[in-house]
Amino acid sequence: MLIHITPRSACRSSEITTETAYLSRRHFMAGTGLLLAGAAFPSLATETASRYEGVTPAPVPAWLAPKLAKTQWRTTEVSGEAITPFRDASQYNNFYEFGPEKRDPATHAHQLPTEPWSLIIDGEVAKPGRYALEDLFSPFTLQERIYRMRCVEAWSMVIPWLGFPLAELLKRVEPTSSAHYVGFETLNDPEHMPGIRSRFALINWPYVEGLRLDEAMHPLTLLAVGMYGRVLPNQNGAPLRLVVPWKYGFKSIKSIVRISLLSTQPRTTWQSMAPQEYGFYANVNPDVSHPRWSQAQERRLPNGVFSSNVRPTLVFNGYADEVASLYKGMDLKKDY
Amino acid sequence: MAQPLWRCGVFMLALLPLLFWFYQAQQGLLGPDPGKVLLEHLGEGALILMLLTLSLTPLQRITLWSGWSLIRRQLGLWCFCYASLHLMSYLAFLLNFDFSRLNHELWERPYILLGFGAWLILLLLSLTSNAFSRRKLGKNWKLLHRLLYLGLVLALLHLLLILRSDFGSWMLYAGVGLILILNRLFGLRSP
Repeated sequence: MLIHITPRSACRSSEITTETAYLSRRHFMAGTGLLLAGAAFPSLATETASRYEGVTPAPVPAWLAPKLAKTQWRTTEVSGEAITPFRDASQYNNFYEFGPEKRDPATHAHQLPTEPWSLIIDGEVAKPGRYALEDLFSPFTLQERIYRMRCVEAWSMVIPWLGFPLAELLKRVEPTSSAHYVGFETLNDPEHMPGIRSRFALINWPYVEGLRLDEAMHPLTLLAVGMYGRVLPNQNGAPLRLVVPWKYGFKSIKSIVRISLLSTQPRTTWQSMAPQEYGFYANVNPDVSHPRWSQAQERRLPNGVFSSNVRPTLVFNGYADEVASLYKGMDLKKDY
Repeated sequence: MAQPLWRCGVFMLALLPLLFWFYQAQQGLLGPDPGKVLLEHLGEGALILMLLTLSLTPLQRITLWSGWSLIRRQLGLWCFCYASLHLMSYLAFLLNFDFSRLNHELWERPYILLGFGAWLILLLLSLTSNAFSRRKLGKNWKLLHRLLYLGLVLALLHLLLILRSDFGSWMLYAGVGLILILNRLFGLRSP
């Protein structure tokens, strides 16, 4: 399915100036050059290595290679916004399984074996089972989605993901009529995940997340296997992660090993640790503060000591036109 | 060791992290959100300096070397300097100098209030750290400057409330702080 963006969720052209303000001249020139080259030589458009500047190349898993060649590029855009450099998106991460600091995931995640990988699908489905990644995804076409990513910590990025709508996968395993929620679980592998071994970590592993079934079936909800035209770096959740662009980043669970269709709302990791701070819905909402900081604004990364790059946070992270109807009649201050 | 040399060395050591972080920020080595990193470094630095300042008297008693007390005022002032830069970074990088938000944040977020309280104590102690105040306040000066222990407790709570998942380094700081406080309450008194 091809998703065409509605004009209002796309960034307004007035945002262009503020966004380019922090870009170095060099970066700006290089970006322009790439665009021009892309226009002059259409064949470049399928050349994944050159799509984005400064991307660390990675070997493509055998099952992904043929899919990559047939990718539908840029099925959603965020016009007028600069894409966050790959280096920042891949070295500034929250992935507590690899440690509490932003650099920990990039430092430790390379040890994680991501092949072979299998996904357990269970609960309220007609076709439960343990699926190998390559079998599960064989019928689907890769799509590139450029999404804003808003972290609950009040920073944000713009990231080009590669993946499939979660809905396609769910339809394939056929949820039963009593399936109302979807639960997700991250790999729990102390041997390769030093954060899990830390005695001072408060998280009850494995990390679990959840969505309402209609949220999970929404066309914007993505199961990502790649970003920036390449396979996902481990620290970004390889080989398989969720991306729900209208929710705070912690909902977009990484390195998924289990998807469960459920009849009742699952209790999620952050929600059980601090329910007054992290709700089940966790929709991006400038009007509902995190108890420890305001969510009215966000720092668009990268920023600098002399360019804070602060911008107002948008309701549903700017995707209100697409998703607001999911929450009709709900008090979003109560169901945060 | 010659006194001026010792004091000068401590001065350089305390200044060095600031220069290093400034250099890192300049070179883009602090990652995509350098303001936040500076903020955290400065806060942690202030806490460490606070612990060091409070360690000097016990150290002097243990080692019987009078050099420790020679740097107490200096370290206390460095602590205030780091804490002030930490506060400045908060205003600049997180509030974007939107002072209308400060009042709201101060009362809505207990950890901001705790941190601000700790900074006010440091401000008061810095203002009264000169020889004149010391003479003027007489016996009360010592009592007043024991407020640093309260400042330490506020700072530790301030940090505790903002931590999200890993308490490793907080436990270390709190452990050292607890030893210092217990020593102050029940430890050996100076003759």
